[in-house]
Amino acid sequence: MATTYRRKPTKAELRRQQMEQVVMYPLDWLEERSGLVGGVRYFLFRNVPSDINWMQTLGSAALTAFLVQAITGVILAMYYVPSAATDPATGRPVAWESIVNITDNLTLGWLVRGMHRWGASVFIILMFLHMGRVFLFGAYKYPRELNWIVGVLILVMGMMEGFTGYLLPWDQTAYWATVVGINLNGTAPFLGPWLAQFLRGGQEISGATLTRFYSLHMLVIPGAIIGLIVLHLYLVIRLGVTSPPWSKEAAGLEPEEEESPQLRPGLTRPVPRPAGASPMQAEPGGRE
Amino acid sequence: MEPEQPSPDTEQESLHEEAHLPPPTLWPIGFAIGIVVVLVGLIIDPLLISSIGAVIAIVFGFLWARDATAELRSEPAAVEPERRDLTRADEGQTVPPPVEPTTVTRSVFLEGTTLGLGAAIGMVITVPVAGFALLPSFLGQDQHKVDLGPVSAFPLGQWYVATFIVNPSEGEVSKRAAFIRNNGTVADPKTKQPVPSFSIISNRCTHLGCPTQANGPSGQKFTGKPTIREHTVNGPVELLPVIPAGYGCPCHGSQFDTEGNRTAGPAVRALDRYGFEIDHGRLILLSTYSVSHVVGTGGQAQIYKYKQASPGNHVDGPEQWLYPIQPPHN
Repeated sequence: MATTYRRKPTKAELRRQQMEQVVMYPLDWLEERSGLVGGVRYFLFRNVPSDINWMQTLGSAALTAFLVQAITGVILAMYYVPSAATDPATGRPVAWESIVNITDNLTLGWLVRGMHRWGASVFIILMFLHMGRVFLFGAYKYPRELNWIVGVLILVMGMMEGFTGYLLPWDQTAYWATVVGINLNGTAPFLGPWLAQFLRGGQEISGATLTRFYSLHMLVIPGAIIGLIVLHLYLVIRLGVTSPPWSKEAAGLEPEEEESPQLRPGLTRPVPRPAGASPMQAEPGGRE
Repeated sequence: MEPEQPSPDTEQESLHEEAHLPPPTLWPIGFAIGIVVVLVGLIIDPLLISSIGAVIAIVFGFLWARDATAELRSEPAAVEPERRDLTRADEGQTVPPPVEPTTVTRSVFLEGTTLGLGAAIGMVITVPVAGFALLPSFLGQDQHKVDLGPVSAFPLGQWYVATFIVNPSEGEVSKRAAFIRNNGTVADPKTKQPVPSFSIISNRCTHLGCPTQANGPSGQKFTGKPTIREHTVNGPVELLPVIPAGYGCPCHGSQFDTEGNRTAGPAVRALDRYGFEIDHGRLILLSTYSVSHVVGTGGQAQIYKYKQASPGNHVDGPEQWLYPIQPPHN
C-alpha cells in the first residue's frame, strides 16, 4: 500500500487509520471467507420507496414481539416443569407449583412471566394490525400473493401457540378452556374426533396432554414459525417494499430492466418492481 | 393511439396457450366414482366398500396423473413423431436425425439411486417416529372401573351428584361427576329375573364438554338426606343429595331434563351415561356410552344407546354421517 501524502499525516489521522484497520480487518477476514458481511448489508441496507410510511414498521414490530416471546420462553422453560403429578408435600400439581415458584420466588420471575403472558397478546394484535396494513395498502397483490399466504400461516401458528400455551399453568381456567378448545376441534367432520384424541393424547385430558402441549408449544410450532418468518423475509427482500397507495412515484420496471429484461428461468415475464424498491440498486447517477 | 388493434404479443400468447390444452380424458370420471364409493362405503361398510372405492380411486387417479404429466415427463406422445431426415439449409444435404441414448446414462442412474435411497432412509426414520407420535393416543386405552361404595347408600328414587376420581394414578385431573339415581329393580327383558337399575348420567355437556350442574336444591337441608363421603379404591368419593329439575351447562347454556334429554341450547344429543355393574353389593361404574335420546323415565326408560362419541358429534340423523368412525374408546 503505497499511499502518498502531500504532507505528513497528523497524529489524529494516523490514529483514525489504525482504528479503521482494527475494525475492518476482522470484517474483511469474515467477508473474504463467507460473504456474510455483504449478505447482512444486502439484507439491512436495501433501497425502499422514498414515501414509505410508519405503518410499514408493523411487520418489524410483530417480529420483535415474536423475538421477545422466544427469549422469555427459553428462560421460562428453564424453571417450568410440565408435570401433572401431585406434589406429595403440598398436594398440588407440580406444573402449577412451578408457575407459582416462577412468579413469587424467583428474582424478576414475575416480570419475565408477565412479558411472556402479555407479549403473547401483543404478538397476535401486531400481526392483525400488520395484516390490516397490508390489506389496505393492497400490498398482497401480484407478485406478493405468496407472501400473504405465508403470513396467514404465521398467524395461524401464532394462534396455536396461544392455544397450547394456555394449558401450561395447569389451573381450572387452563383445564376447562382446553377441554372446550379440544372438543371444538373434535366437531370437525370426519377426522375431527381423531384430531381431538391426538391432541388429548388419549380419551381424556391427562398428564399426557400437558406434556404434548408443552412439546408443541416450545418446539414444534416455534420451529415452524421461525421457518415461515425466514421465508416471509426472503420474499420481502426479493420483491421489495411497496409504496403506499397514494404514492406519486411511478411503479413498474426500472429503466435498465426495460431495455434488456433479464428473465429468470421459469418466468415468462419480468417481475415489476415499485420504483426504487429493487435491492442494492446503485445510485441513478452512478450507473453511467 | 389505436386501441382496437390487437398487439402481436397477445395473439402469440393465445396461440401458445391453445397448443397446451390437454386432450380430453375419461380418467377423472373414474376417479370421481372411486371417491363416491369411498364416501358411500364410510356409511355402509367402511372396511369392504371403502377399500374397493379406494382401489378404484387410486387406479384411476394414477392413470389420470400419468396422462396429465405425460408431456412433462416427455413420454412418447400418442402420435408417432415425424422422423424425417433434417435438411441443412446451407448445404442442401441430408443428415441423420440425432441419436437419443436408449440406455440410462451413468449420471441419471446415480441421481435416481441417490434420490431413491434418500427417500428410503427418510421413510425408515419417519414411519416409526410418526407412529410413536400418533398411535399411543389411540391404542391401549384402559378401562377404569370406579368403585362408588355400597349400593345400600343410594335410597330409592333419590338423585345424587357423585364426584369421584376415575384414575387414581392421574390424580385430580381425572376427577369426574355423575348424576345417579337408584331406580329399584326391573325385570331383565331376557331372563325375566329382577335386576337392579340405576340411572347414571355423565355431567359432561354434549356440546363442548363443560360440566353441567343440577338445577335444583342440594344438601341435607332440602333433601333430608345426608351427604355421603367415603373412601374407596378410587380415592375419595362424595355423594351429594340433590333434587334436580334438570341439568344446565354454565358455558353456553345448554339445558337437559332429568333423564338427560336435551331441551335447549347448542348441545347435539342427550347427556352420556355410564355403564355399571354390582360387585359384592358395591356400585361399580364402567365406561361411558352416548345417548341420542331417552323415552320414559326411571327403570322403564328406553335409552337409545350409541358408541361413545366426541362432544358436539351427532350420533343419529343425517349429521352422524359427518362422523363415520369414532376413535377407539373403552
